Amino acid sequence: MASQNLQSVPAELSPEEQEREAAGQAYFDRIISEDSRIEPRDWMPAAYRKTLLRQISQHAHSEIIGMQPEANWITRAPSLKRKSILMAKVQDEAGHGLYLYSAAETLGQSRDQMMEDLIAGKARYSSIFNYPTISWADMGAIGWLVDGAAICNQVPLCRASYGPYGRAMVRICKEESFHQRQGFEILLELSNGTPAQKQMAQDAVNRWYAPSLMMFGPPDDDSPNSKQSMAWNIKRFSNDELRSRFVGMMVEQVRVLGLTLPDKDIRFNEETKKWEHGPLDWNEFKEVLAGRGPCNSQRVERRREAHENGAWVREAAVAYARKQAQKESAA
Amino acid sequence: MAPHGNPEAPASAASEINREAPKVAATNADSSTTAPASGPAVTPRGATEETPWSLWEVFVRSSRGLSHVHAGSLHAPDAAMALRNARDLYTRRNEGVSIWVVPAESISSSDPDSKGSFFESPQGKDYRHATYYTKSEGVKHL
Repeated sequence: MASQNLQSVPAELSPEEQEREAAGQAYFDRIISEDSRIEPRDWMPAAYRKTLLRQISQHAHSEIIGMQPEANWITRAPSLKRKSILMAKVQDEAGHGLYLYSAAETLGQSRDQMMEDLIAGKARYSSIFNYPTISWADMGAIGWLVDGAAICNQVPLCRASYGPYGRAMVRICKEESFHQRQGFEILLELSNGTPAQKQMAQDAVNRWYAPSLMMFGPPDDDSPNSKQSMAWNIKRFSNDELRSRFVGMMVEQVRVLGLTLPDKDIRFNEETKKWEHGPLDWNEFKEVLAGRGPCNSQRVERRREAHENGAWVREAAVAYARKQAQKESAA
Repeated sequence: MAPHGNPEAPASAASEINREAPKVAATNADSSTTAPASGPAVTPRGATEETPWSLWEVFVRSSRGLSHVHAGSLHAPDAAMALRNARDLYTRRNEGVSIWVVPAESISSSDPDSKGSFFESPQGKDYRHATYYTKSEGVKHL
């Protein structure tokens, strides 16, 4: 089994410990081969834990940082209705971050440590949130393309082999479909509006198309962790497979919008029965991931500011709770 | 005490949160006129050392007649805040009519390593299921 390849049993383990490790591994392998779920207190290979921790915490950070590009437009939403919707959506992103931090915590990482890593610029999050939102139509394009890609990615994660992660994803997916629909509606209204509004919508789609395709991660032949994640039933489909499915859906939907996708190479390959798209700029992807995207430093700085400015609230809540407890014990 | 809470605070959810406001104002009556706006808020400064909020497990009853089901977990400094956080985090779409929060450390659980032996007793006792009894097949209302 592939999962054993990464599992090197340290030599200094006592015979009993080695035996326990072997039994744990056997149990783990059986659960995975039965397509059942691993729960927090189960034995799991160190590499499985590490992989999950990396993936879930990055996912949580993405939700938290993902609040920023949209919060940018709350005060300038074109109507009270749109403002309420946008606030609800940003609130959902915060909620999704918290569900995921909880899931990551079950693997033994403290939430404070994850927060620290994020504001210290040590943690990664999805490259997509390092692009600026320069027009109202970007709210539409983010909902339709970015949340659409996220849904494509996340629906299979509801069946991830790690129980707490799968459960968090079920909750998240239920809420994401509202996000995508509201984005689609924003674009549809702009597209049916004045020529300038339609142009604004098209411009947003043009800018968000390629970054949203890159959200699925590097091509399969350049994605070293994918194979192992699939063997562990964390991932169910490869990056390219999901990307191809997504392109197929967008091709249909963009027609309803009366807009076009900025990709002349999109075609359905009759042989492979898969959708194909034009070349993507993977150097740009790597640059953004490495922290050299248009908004990286701004996003992390903003998060740090919010965290530090909120310190007094957290402290006051603790002080208040302590005072209440003292009062109760005195009474 | 005014029956409607602090007369200087509007009767809103915020005044409900700050239920003790009148008492605080009374004890700080002298200083509150000269102190900066944040005056009363700084009084509990003795308790400012960074204390991580503890972990709570959240159970939500989705509608009347159903039991509370585990929804997830969160961090909060005490039960009252845990309930409020749980409401904001797990019932943004009317998912519940009642919430329980339980300190995670208060939960005792069976040992995952002994699952075999711990749950051994019902094994091989098929006669505890109605499906064990096949002779009555075809007999109505049984």
